[in-house]
Amino acid sequence: MRDVAVVGFAQRQMAQFDGSPTCVELLVPLFADCYEQTGWTRRDIGFWCSGSSDYLAGRSFSFVQAVDAIGVIPPVNESHVEMDLAWAMYEAWIKIQTGEADTALVYAFGKSSAGVLRRTLALQLEPYTMTPLWPDTVSLAGLQARAGIDAGLWDERAMAEVANRSLTDAEKNEYAVRRGGSSVEELLSRPMYADPLRKHDCAPVTDGAAALVIAAEGRAREVCERPAWIRSLSHFVDPMSLGTRDLKRSPSAQRAGAASDLDGVEVAELHAPFSHQELILCSELGLADDVRINPSGGALASNPMFSAGGIRIGEAARQIWSGSADRVLGHATSGPALQQNLVCVMGSEG
Amino acid sequence: MAKQPAAVIGVGQTHHRAKREDVSMAGLCREAMDRALEDAGLGLDEIDAIVVGKAPDLFEGVMMPELFLAEALGAAGKPLLRVHTAGSVGGSTAIVASSLVQAGVHRKVLTVAFEKQSESNAMWALSVPIPFNMPVHAGAGGYFAPHVRSYIRRSGAPNHIGAIVAAKDRQNALKNPYAHLRNPDTTVESVLASQMLWDPIRYDETCPSSDGACALVIAAEDVASGSPNPAWIHGTVMRSEATSAAERDQVNPQASRDAAAALWKQAGITNPIDEIDAAEIYVPFSWFEPMWLESLGFAEPNGGGWRLTESGETAMDGRLPVNCSGGVLSSNPIGASGMLRFGEAALQVRGAAGEHQVDGARRALGHAYGGGSQFFAMWVVGSEKPSN
Amino acid sequence: MPRTLSAPVTVAFDYTRSTGPVLGRFLSGLRDGVVVGGRTSEGKVVVPPPEFDPVTHAAVDDFVEVADTGTVTSWSWVPEPVKGQPFERPFAFALVTLDGADAPLLHALDVPSPDDVTTGVRVRIRWRAERVGAITDIECFEPAVAEVRGAPATSLEAAAASARSETPEVSRLASLAPQPPAVTGIVVPIELDYLYAASPEESLFYTSLSEGKLVGQRCPTCGKVYIPPRSACPADGTPTAEEVELPDTGTVTTFCIVNVPFLGQRITPPYVSAYVLLDGADIAFLHLILDIAAEEVRMGMRVKAVWKPKDQWGTTIENISHFAPTGEPDADYETYRVHL
Repeated sequence: MRDVAVVGFAQRQMAQFDGSPTCVELLVPLFADCYEQTGWTRRDIGFWCSGSSDYLAGRSFSFVQAVDAIGVIPPVNESHVEMDLAWAMYEAWIKIQTGEADTALVYAFGKSSAGVLRRTLALQLEPYTMTPLWPDTVSLAGLQARAGIDAGLWDERAMAEVANRSLTDAEKNEYAVRRGGSSVEELLSRPMYADPLRKHDCAPVTDGAAALVIAAEGRAREVCERPAWIRSLSHFVDPMSLGTRDLKRSPSAQRAGAASDLDGVEVAELHAPFSHQELILCSELGLADDVRINPSGGALASNPMFSAGGIRIGEAARQIWSGSADRVLGHATSGPALQQNLVCVMGSEG
Repeated sequence: MAKQPAAVIGVGQTHHRAKREDVSMAGLCREAMDRALEDAGLGLDEIDAIVVGKAPDLFEGVMMPELFLAEALGAAGKPLLRVHTAGSVGGSTAIVASSLVQAGVHRKVLTVAFEKQSESNAMWALSVPIPFNMPVHAGAGGYFAPHVRSYIRRSGAPNHIGAIVAAKDRQNALKNPYAHLRNPDTTVESVLASQMLWDPIRYDETCPSSDGACALVIAAEDVASGSPNPAWIHGTVMRSEATSAAERDQVNPQASRDAAAALWKQAGITNPIDEIDAAEIYVPFSWFEPMWLESLGFAEPNGGGWRLTESGETAMDGRLPVNCSGGVLSSNPIGASGMLRFGEAALQVRGAAGEHQVDGARRALGHAYGGGSQFFAMWVVGSEKPSN
Repeated sequence: MPRTLSAPVTVAFDYTRSTGPVLGRFLSGLRDGVVVGGRTSEGKVVVPPPEFDPVTHAAVDDFVEVADTGTVTSWSWVPEPVKGQPFERPFAFALVTLDGADAPLLHALDVPSPDDVTTGVRVRIRWRAERVGAITDIECFEPAVAEVRGAPATSLEAAAASARSETPEVSRLASLAPQPPAVTGIVVPIELDYLYAASPEESLFYTSLSEGKLVGQRCPTCGKVYIPPRSACPADGTPTAEEVELPDTGTVTTFCIVNVPFLGQRITPPYVSAYVLLDGADIAFLHLILDIAAEEVRMGMRVKAVWKPKDQWGTTIENISHFAPTGEPDADYETYRVHL
């Protein structure tokens, strides 16, 4: 296996983006940030891959126009997944492993506010017996939250602790769209929204885009003093059915963790759009109590669809670049109730 | 670091039809997958990872259907990826799947591409109006027809070339038990007599809208060596460019030329027309055969393509048989069509193409394109392990 | 003044889904007022039946009727229902394990408030009066009135019998009418509303059109003039910024004649859809050619915009009704060859 590191990261998030759902104008400055961080131009990039969803944009082939932002004369080696940025990064990592490229820039974008996200995501379900009822993501997450509460695995206090810590940490994150912690008591005093979830237990609807630059071996060392070396990159999926799954668990997250070497992980950026899901992930990944979770504030502070998972990887990588940590983890999820999960472990040693 | 050797050891596809009302989406995928697995002599549990490809989700009205299909596709507890690169997706999906093996990450990968277009209407899904714009857009045919006109003008092609391709591909389809369109009466004359849909493209020069799926099993060297007839992957390339750019060549796109050049180089091919024994080229509108022949380097630009077609050399018994399977003109489940080209190329070099087998085919091209002739995915497969 | 123009777009279609034999069996059951589960290789009865066994991957073909009463295994409250959900007023989504099943089914639960439901509560299906073979044949679950739970061996039959007796039309159907054909398909209307926003560059273009002007932008790197302008020049990724006003005359580079009608079409065929290269632009755009017989349109034809009456103008390229021939000699092939 080739040593590949994350060497660049850029993000933009807002509650409501007023531009085109193709998000080209968001991507141009993101790419500029990546070029500035690495000193590279588009011609130094060997492979491009993007992540997005046609249904979020409300158009077929909604990812096609984004290619403009790359500058495609001459044509480029490029691909697209209908998945989060984290999986676009996975495809790029594979490409580098084949030796076909040494550097890659992956990007993702999503204008959740273009439609009604709670309705749009009802289409991400089994189309014969689930979608016709239009179950929304909040309700499905609520079913999962209650399953854990009923089993005594967590309670609303534990959920409020996650939310409070996240909103407090988000105060230091210029990109967070929701920020400001208070106290667990204050959060618990707020009204129930979608029982058993309160509003702050649910990620805010967020528009945004993000980009990551990864590079192999010497190329990484050329542009970064402390590259965030990818030690493992694993992902798995569970069945969707809410009936046959044990909602209190996420076996695919557990598998992804088991396929990674999590020893010595100091910081974990976990993609948990609902507060109880952080508790599930910590359990499935077997994270020790002293692991710092979501210093960025996590998805509860900002959750741009299709970038949020990759942003966890970028935020974790930043901890290495700054020297704050030597071993970190970035996690991404997809599908209802933690159905599909990816774990990326990065380390500082060369 | 060199790519690890990989080969196709199983190919499966569905019976492509306008409406497969006998199956659900899962059933459609499994029909192709089960055939591919049987061909490979493997069970679903032996597969390490699943890569799904399909075109816009609006066709079926399900966002990211691979998620609800995970269990039915045997992906539960495994890694699952979903590729979407517009019309080329079937090809790019096969390339992503082979990358997993070539990277040394997995040893047995199953890839499936599908489309169940009858759940909606393809032309509707491709023509949802965008506000403020002029609604002249008339589906894929309406998009490509002006560029076909440009090719005819640039190359001086006579008007019947498209009909030659259509008649050839439809007659070839009669030898493919899975093909959607099976009209024994299709001739050059009957095609020329069919209605003009988007002048200069006629009804019979147009691909159908099909429900269908294709699946491949791609394996690492040690696994493939146990197969009686693996199709070794000699080269894979993807290239993309913008839908529209000032002075962009829409007839012979730069990305297509670049992709082909890179592919021949990877595969060690210096004279494509002599060294390729069979080509499965993505031709959804018949005039794309001469256009792609030129762009891929089988013929000289601005005329060599239509002359090659007119001479009969792209027929099954010709110098460069093109689309012996009947091609996209005979079966077009959009998300799967690219993988069908890649899979049919593999069948040729495995000697497994049945009635539409090109005798002694040892190297074959699989080609797919998508979007506004801007996304290209292609591979070369061979009956021998690549030497490099 | 908003930075960008926006307009609503509805993406709607009545999807016709074929169900295959397993879901077909389940939905046929619903039409008949009966819930059918599938027994997996592990002996679990799952509702709805999975199409393929989770362990053996074989098609599931062992069907089991379950009761239409059951127990809530989880629930969540829906305070602000969205369009299409089972109720327009607040309700609960619940996972209900029906008696005889080993896995729960997701559906709505009609209770007035979150205080009226707890995990473990007994519920029953409220069947829709007219059923077609769809998950919505179950209107929802509702709290079951207190019932006597019999000995385990007979409770299933008792529950099922009491369920059927509560739906008299079902038992009458079963005894009198011939078996209706199995359900093989469903229709699922999907309608999503979006607010489409144009990019700032496109918005400038459309706003200029509302003033009768055609405005493109020049890329600072390659110098090409794009119309409509783009957020990034596709050649090199630089935003095009310098505004360039263009005349409304140009050349047809290439075109097609659209003969085919299709769903959602807004211009009646036959019509000429042509790429028009405005004088001074480096890229052509699609528009309509009229005031000439379709078969007389040719590549290189010189055209001029025909604008709609000013009082009909909006922020759209449709302010130009069509392009019409100017009567000038055709442009030389060499002048537009690179645009093909």
